[in-house]
Amino acid sequence: MTNSLYQRDVVAINDLTKDEITKIIELAIELKDNGVPHSLQGKLVASCFFEPSTRTRLSFEAAAQRLGANIIGFSDVASTSGKKGESLSDTVKMMSAYADLMVIRHPQEGSARLAADVATIPVINAGDGANQHPTQTLLDLMTIQECQESLTDLRIAFVGDLKYGRTVHSLAQAMTHFGGRFYFVCPESLAMPNEICDLFKANNMSFSFHQSLDEVISKVDILYMTRLQKERFLANEAAAFSDKLRLTPDLLTKAQKNLRVMHPLPRVDEIDVAVDDTPHAYYFQQAANGVFVREALLHLILND
Amino acid sequence: MSEKLSVNAIHNGTVIDHIVAGQATKIIRLLALINNRNQMTIGLNLTSGSQQLKDLIKLEQCQLSEKDLQQIAVFAPGATVNTIQDYKVTNKLKLTLPEQVADIFICPNKNCISHSEKTTKLFYIKEQNRNVGLQCKYCQQIFLRDEMLLTIR
Repeated sequence: MTNSLYQRDVVAINDLTKDEITKIIELAIELKDNGVPHSLQGKLVASCFFEPSTRTRLSFEAAAQRLGANIIGFSDVASTSGKKGESLSDTVKMMSAYADLMVIRHPQEGSARLAADVATIPVINAGDGANQHPTQTLLDLMTIQECQESLTDLRIAFVGDLKYGRTVHSLAQAMTHFGGRFYFVCPESLAMPNEICDLFKANNMSFSFHQSLDEVISKVDILYMTRLQKERFLANEAAAFSDKLRLTPDLLTKAQKNLRVMHPLPRVDEIDVAVDDTPHAYYFQQAANGVFVREALLHLILND
Repeated sequence: MSEKLSVNAIHNGTVIDHIVAGQATKIIRLLALINNRNQMTIGLNLTSGSQQLKDLIKLEQCQLSEKDLQQIAVFAPGATVNTIQDYKVTNKLKLTLPEQVADIFICPNKNCISHSEKTTKLFYIKEQNRNVGLQCKYCQQIFLRDEMLLTIR
């Protein structure tokens, strides 16, 4: 079977079919279990980070190096000609001439799509402003598959800032391939956007709205927590919701045994640190999976 | 009073008819028609056989460009554009919602890369529940068409 991901751009999670997502996740789990081949020996990966990033940049670079590739690039715009006013298009054209694949993070939405249009090498979006971060979604899916041994027909609660959280939107979009029952837990002012709700309806997926963790904790397989930024709350909601959306070990006593807690990190105080010691905590394993999923993606894009 | 009596015929120019009521003023603003000094007649909330209420614009000495037509089609799909020569209709065009529009609107998202790079400003048209939205090719945000009025060209 031909590898449809060979030499492809991955800019948005919607660029990938269900089969392609499944293939990436299966390979990521295999690489985690059995170790990594040196399949990118002699390849050069450009790591172009126009804004600071810790987990994403280091996991991409770790993934590339573990596969045997070499890395060139930069980790902030100050060390590029962008500082001198060079356009993104020109920087991308030059990178195309130097490397075999480009990973880009940029603070402006749409930058990765533009880079993919201009580049003659494959481009992977590592986050473009508030828009897309497809490898985060892939690592979330891999983590769900790993801890629940399935992606289909699960009961998943999204908790926190569902209005602005790009990880939640992308994961919700991807879950339309796999179905399930969904619970949106958030204050009214941070509700899931209509376009995601419409997408769920179009795919006959059930969902309901809730305002406290207590209402859903006993019903779900996955609790996907997100960071709450207090400046985004309405003034009267801040006090009322901080406690209702905060996960504590006490609350987890009502959970089913298989419930796993995920979070794209960094967390602030929406998950009590004492939760880390419970068997339900899975966010650090989730972050670690970032390397395997990026290894799988790099391997599939650069090997036919 | 009949509709024919309320709006005078024009000699040479263009008549945009069957505009969904409420959209004519937006089209005038969109095409900056107020800025040209030619005679213009506007009919608002006229009764129509095919739709309950319609708007109509008659433009004396005015030919619309392909770009103008695309813009009108976004705001008034279903409208008809009649070319008038010597009081006669010489061409009639029914507008349909395009799949995409290029270099007509600017992305309302100020943090979109399309503002800082020289690139085609492309929007995909999304129609859902009678709402017409425009999705920016780059930042992927969907905007209602009225939001685009603030950022024309």
